[in-house]
Amino acid sequence: MKMLNIKINNLDLQVPEGTTILDATKQVNIKIPTLCHLNLHEFGIVNQTASCRVCMVEVEGRPALVPSCSEICTDGMVIRTDNIRSITARRMAVELLLSNHPYDCLVCAKNLECDLQALAQELGIREIRFKGEKMNYPKDTSSFSLVKDPNKCVMCRRCETMCNDIQTCGILSAVNRGFDVFVGPAFNLDMVDTSCTYCGQCVAVCPTAALTEVNNTDKVWDMLNDPKKHVVVQVAPAVRVAIGELFDMPAGTISTGKMVSSLRGLGFDAIFDTDFGADLTIMEEASELIHRIQNGGRLPMLTSCCPAWVKFFEHQFPDLLDIPSTCKSPQIMLGAIIKTYYAEKMNMNPDDIVVVSVMPCLAKKAEAARPELTKDENSNVDIVITTRELGLMLKEAAVDYAGLPESDFDSILGESTGASVIFGTTGGVIEAAVRTAYEWITNETLEKVEFEQLRGFEGIREGHVQIGDLNLRIGIAHGLGNARTLLEEIQAGTSHYDAIEIMACPGGCIGGGGQPYHHGDMEIIKKRQAAIYQEDRNKVLRKSHENPYIKKLYDDFLGKPNSHKAHELLHTHYVPKEKI
Amino acid sequence: MGSGGMIVMDEDDCMVNIAKFYLDFTQDESCGKCTPCRIGTKRMYEILDKITIGEGTMEDITKLRNLGKMIKDSALCGLGQTAPNPVLSTLEYFYDEYLAHIQDKRCPAGACKALAKYKIDADKCIGCTACARVCPVNCIEGKPKQKHVIDAEKCIACGACYTACKFDAVIRP
Repeated sequence: MKMLNIKINNLDLQVPEGTTILDATKQVNIKIPTLCHLNLHEFGIVNQTASCRVCMVEVEGRPALVPSCSEICTDGMVIRTDNIRSITARRMAVELLLSNHPYDCLVCAKNLECDLQALAQELGIREIRFKGEKMNYPKDTSSFSLVKDPNKCVMCRRCETMCNDIQTCGILSAVNRGFDVFVGPAFNLDMVDTSCTYCGQCVAVCPTAALTEVNNTDKVWDMLNDPKKHVVVQVAPAVRVAIGELFDMPAGTISTGKMVSSLRGLGFDAIFDTDFGADLTIMEEASELIHRIQNGGRLPMLTSCCPAWVKFFEHQFPDLLDIPSTCKSPQIMLGAIIKTYYAEKMNMNPDDIVVVSVMPCLAKKAEAARPELTKDENSNVDIVITTRELGLMLKEAAVDYAGLPESDFDSILGESTGASVIFGTTGGVIEAAVRTAYEWITNETLEKVEFEQLRGFEGIREGHVQIGDLNLRIGIAHGLGNARTLLEEIQAGTSHYDAIEIMACPGGCIGGGGQPYHHGDMEIIKKRQAAIYQEDRNKVLRKSHENPYIKKLYDDFLGKPNSHKAHELLHTHYVPKEKI
Repeated sequence: MGSGGMIVMDEDDCMVNIAKFYLDFTQDESCGKCTPCRIGTKRMYEILDKITIGEGTMEDITKLRNLGKMIKDSALCGLGQTAPNPVLSTLEYFYDEYLAHIQDKRCPAGACKALAKYKIDADKCIGCTACARVCPVNCIEGKPKQKHVIDAEKCIACGACYTACKFDAVIRP
């Protein structure tokens, strides 16, 4: 690769051709402030709009300053990052943004997590010299999942990059022009009237509180304080490897035991594991896959655990509704079992049971409200909170999370296998399904349960698994743009897969919109994935069908996988939706 | 004026007001993508507006200069980069007009309506009633062939009387 000689603040250095000034400055430990810039190379997520003008530097021979995030180094370039001209311009850009931003930091949902706030602190801004008109638009609280507050939008366009380039949903874009501009759906529609999947990736990358989750913590507190209600909580696999980050634990810390103790401390009457629901999902999904393969059913079969993905294909591919598995997602399956099997066991009226889910996801909030997923007017899951919201509740309750003892999930819906844990990462659902399908098809014990060919971070992966005579061709996609590619192959009839796993968020649930903010650091998501696989290895049982409580559930209640009762409780149908 | 074009104006044109007019145009044309153009030109416009209604301070001049420099340096496209030019060049060549607005609360060209205070010179007025007839708010009193008087409270400083008077009896501040 051709190397270029450049000079930054009198320091000579060599950089490969194509390096941006920003990346070059990192080599010499210069930290230029940035705001709109986002670079998650490995996921192909790059926001290089250079619109905030917070990273301006001086280049010799250029009449104006240049944005370091997007300006590519050229040979012999002489750059100054520390002169008063650059410093003043950078600082003033932040001041201007602040002059058009509400000053409600103390009660803002992003307080201490806000990139703009951090920037103001970093640049030592103590006064906003420029005062004047501010944006004044109504908040959009129409959806179950996310809240859009245009007045806090700084036009970094990160959400647009996620929504349009990565997820290919095209919901968010700039509306109006000049000072009146903000990011929102076309015709300024409410989010609920668009084909938004609620994947929450816009929330995950928003530097301010222009996009945040719908906060359900008050509802949970109310239920916990209602003596007539039996409040049951379930926690998704990806939560246990991320929640520690909210309490200053390093990324990738597995804190399952502490998390269970903390929930018990909050006063939940029973603490169950969505992993149990995941094991149940595998029982149903693997049976469905085998049934489709052996009976000439429609292939490939697509997984259906991810509610953002489900909503995506309902809007974008209404002609392919027969392809995804009919299985409900693990959280909804477990909710259904709690409201039936568990209620029966405990001799309780299902109406008195409140199911709270802790999820890494915003789409799960909307999923729980889907009319198809209620039984007798009774939601399978009543309230969904995110990992971040649980963190808020614990902080509010003055819980010393790091110092908590470890404890176990409650019986009878708290036992899980390693197969269910890996549901939290891309490739995990299909790997779990393969572990079970292998043994069911071959009637042999699967010795090596780890399928390396299904793992990794590539957007679209292909892995082949030999099961007896059957060569199972598996496709895996994470990110809805990648999912679209695979679906278009199916539409065109060129798809050669038997089964496809799709997760809407880059990295899978570990990178979900409800997780602690990654602030553009890919390493955090990688560490969470490593932790998920570690948690799998920590388990004695690593195949869903070996879960003794799952077996008991089928023996006592459901009969067999794909039985009539299982279909009634654990399967759903999809509804074609308009594409807006 | 910004684009490099040349415009001929006379003493009836207030340079602060002209600078404001240009920024109003920039505001209309701004796409809103980059911060300096989207918010910076808005703030410059607001400061100029403040000056033209007589509420400007000397600090505003510093702010205009700083903002102008930063926007020229940082805006993403040519529109934003040239937007502050009318302000910066009028500040350079017509600084006294800015000072008149800020310190004396006076618009030398009489173009800034909020600062304009029209009066009738009693020595020159012959009582022709031309001014009273064109006044849209009927604030000029006086019988034919007698001296006329403008009621400053009611006057909206439209300048109609100034144009109508053939005897230079209407005085503009």
